[in-house]
Amino acid sequence: MKLTVGLVARPGTSRANKTGGWRSDKLPRFLQAKCTACDLCALTCPEGCIFGEDKNTYWADLDYCKGCGICANICPVDDIEMISEVC
Amino acid sequence: MAPRMIRGAQAVAEAAALCRPQVISAYPITPQTVIVEELAQMIANGKLEAEFVNVESEHSAASVVLGASATGVRVYTATSSQGLLLMSEVLYNIAGMRLPVVLTCANRSVSAPLNIWNDQQDSISLRDSGCLQFYAENNQEAVDLLLLAYRVAEDHGVMLPALVCVDGFLLPHAYEAVDVPEPKEVDAFLPPYQPLYRLDPDEPLTFGAYAEPDKYMEARYMMQRAQEKAISVIQEAGHSFEKVFGRPISALMERYRMDDASTALVAMGSVIGTIKDVVDELRSQGQRVGALKIVTYRPFPKELIYHALKEMENIIVLDKAVSLGSGGPLATEIRAAFQGSPQPPRVSGVIAGLGGRDITMDTIKRIISQAQKEVMEAEFVDLREDMELEGVD
Amino acid sequence: MDTSHLFASGHSACPGCGQAIAARLVLRATGKDVIIANPTGCLEIFSSNYTASSWEVPWIHSLFENAAPVASGIESALKATGRLDRITVIAQGGDGAMADIGLGALSGTWERGHDILTICYDNEAYMNTGIQRSGLTPYDASTTTSPAGEVSLGNPRLKKDLPQIAVAHGLPYVATASVGYPQDLDRKVKKAVSIRGPKYIQIHVPCPLGWRHDSALSIDIARLAVQTGLFPIIEIEGGQLTSARKIGKKRGVEEYLRPQGRFRHLFESPAGQQELKKIQEIADRNIERYALIRAG
Repeated sequence: MKLTVGLVARPGTSRANKTGGWRSDKLPRFLQAKCTACDLCALTCPEGCIFGEDKNTYWADLDYCKGCGICANICPVDDIEMISEVC
Repeated sequence: MAPRMIRGAQAVAEAAALCRPQVISAYPITPQTVIVEELAQMIANGKLEAEFVNVESEHSAASVVLGASATGVRVYTATSSQGLLLMSEVLYNIAGMRLPVVLTCANRSVSAPLNIWNDQQDSISLRDSGCLQFYAENNQEAVDLLLLAYRVAEDHGVMLPALVCVDGFLLPHAYEAVDVPEPKEVDAFLPPYQPLYRLDPDEPLTFGAYAEPDKYMEARYMMQRAQEKAISVIQEAGHSFEKVFGRPISALMERYRMDDASTALVAMGSVIGTIKDVVDELRSQGQRVGALKIVTYRPFPKELIYHALKEMENIIVLDKAVSLGSGGPLATEIRAAFQGSPQPPRVSGVIAGLGGRDITMDTIKRIISQAQKEVMEAEFVDLREDMELEGVD
Repeated sequence: MDTSHLFASGHSACPGCGQAIAARLVLRATGKDVIIANPTGCLEIFSSNYTASSWEVPWIHSLFENAAPVASGIESALKATGRLDRITVIAQGGDGAMADIGLGALSGTWERGHDILTICYDNEAYMNTGIQRSGLTPYDASTTTSPAGEVSLGNPRLKKDLPQIAVAHGLPYVATASVGYPQDLDRKVKKAVSIRGPKYIQIHVPCPLGWRHDSALSIDIARLAVQTGLFPIIEIEGGQLTSARKIGKKRGVEEYLRPQGRFRHLFESPAGQQELKKIQEIADRNIERYALIRAG
């Protein structure tokens, strides 16, 4: 590790911290069936780890998803459900 | 340029302007206000192009120059006393962020009780902050040390803020002959500021991240090493100064008639002028007395001070501040410089001049003869006999 | 250019953090040509643990109370070097930093008219230090320094009206927004950035840990604050109210308060029930003041 003068940090380096490890039980499953691409899940994800463009293409990067459940709760067409990590 | 009889505040303002700061923050406090007023007038007359920010507190004055410095421009501000104390949180922060903010501190006592007159308690209280500290004997040094401070602070091996300390009222409000250099000369001595890192959307960086225990110590160690490095940077800058401006500068310290002295007075700032007069008088009477003026207080040039004083029998350190509950800050550090040496000189510490109390030649002569008889630990000189001090036995 | 990830993943915000959502949405709206001054607080701590930083834009953290004057210094430096036209300066922080300890300096920055967008992420308490009462903590909220107890019903004071303080400084643009309405927030940030001078946006951001609600409900609760009238989302431009998001079907404050543990004590005693009436009055006053319910 290098300490710069004044401890100036480089941009976006938090990506090395895979916060997906925080999940204890629930993770989101994107059914990709009734999705209207309203983008609300992607907009309101605190981690910014939901991606998608067209209908039924949305998914969450589980490397960062903390399992908060906002996406499943907010989806206006119930196309996301929280499922247990343990199969 | 030939010396002109000008007020200290004007000399300092002209020097600051010559350094081409692009952002200046200003908040009034006696006895520094005269400096920022001069700068405001220069800008109002189109003689200086800078953003002049009239802030609503000194905490903000320091924060404004912090933000501007981090954005990659040279900055300036000035303060005294309570203002410096209010800035102190930010100054520690600026030092830790390694930004070369330079400011003039017109030294003034600290409250309570409220007192607007000169002593050095304000800047001395910041001695742990990581800021470089220079003390001017006269208004020529108030100018010269400001130029030097920018040069040293902005050196990539240093990158620390700097306080240029000038005794309040005694210097800013006094008229002295001062040689304020030409812009060409200043530009030759002080090139444009080149930041190490800066806030810029084209190269985004994060300033002020927090550091856990596993790396905070290293960050502070880096600052200690930068302070140590500053000694050689100051020496080199002093040599360059002499070449560019064609006149000498005492960048770290000045030895006055020390060569065969057996008694030395040590002090910082304008009182050195009075001390030099006493030295001259006593020398004419055959006493082997000399003076050591400390110019750079932080970093503390311990080695050089040791060598300058090691032949002395008697050292008298005059502090214009007191570390209450302990003693004179400068005296304490001078004594420490002789820790472990085989035949340490007798070091007397006196506290003088607090709150603008005059220090006369008579006082200094009295201190010298007293010190020659007995070592003083931390003696408050010239305390009034005609006052009853409640609670004091 | 995709601006949705200028605030990068890997930060250590609590799951469901409203402030993390809002911070990312702000940058999504502004794009990369910004410089941010951020005071101490949750956002600063969870986004900048050296060597890691979630910021893909230039960003500086100094102290707790000085985001505004640091931003003033940045703005002044940009002005001095002719770059202010191309770069938006933002001073953003939590309610503790912006409404309390930083208010004096913020007032100075606003009064001097710097071209800076000030944002307050209002989670209604000092959350980073463990949920202490701030000047923006709402009436009857239980925090660690205004706890509900045998003889206490929580915070006895009303929210300080920081938007009106901004209006009193003559700011050309003052707005409130909520993370519950991301498109509205986006519009307001873009509008603010297009205006010269000092702008202020206060963004309501739920805190699952501090408000004690299920992390999945952050957006729902943010919406309920607006729909009950307790957090009106408005715009005031040149001193005049130019927009207020209307409430369709009015909801009683209970619907907003019940899911939050910080208000639980209000549902557990007769004295608490009396308080609910008072909180309803607060909401009703807001509804009347900003004409939040369509007439007729």
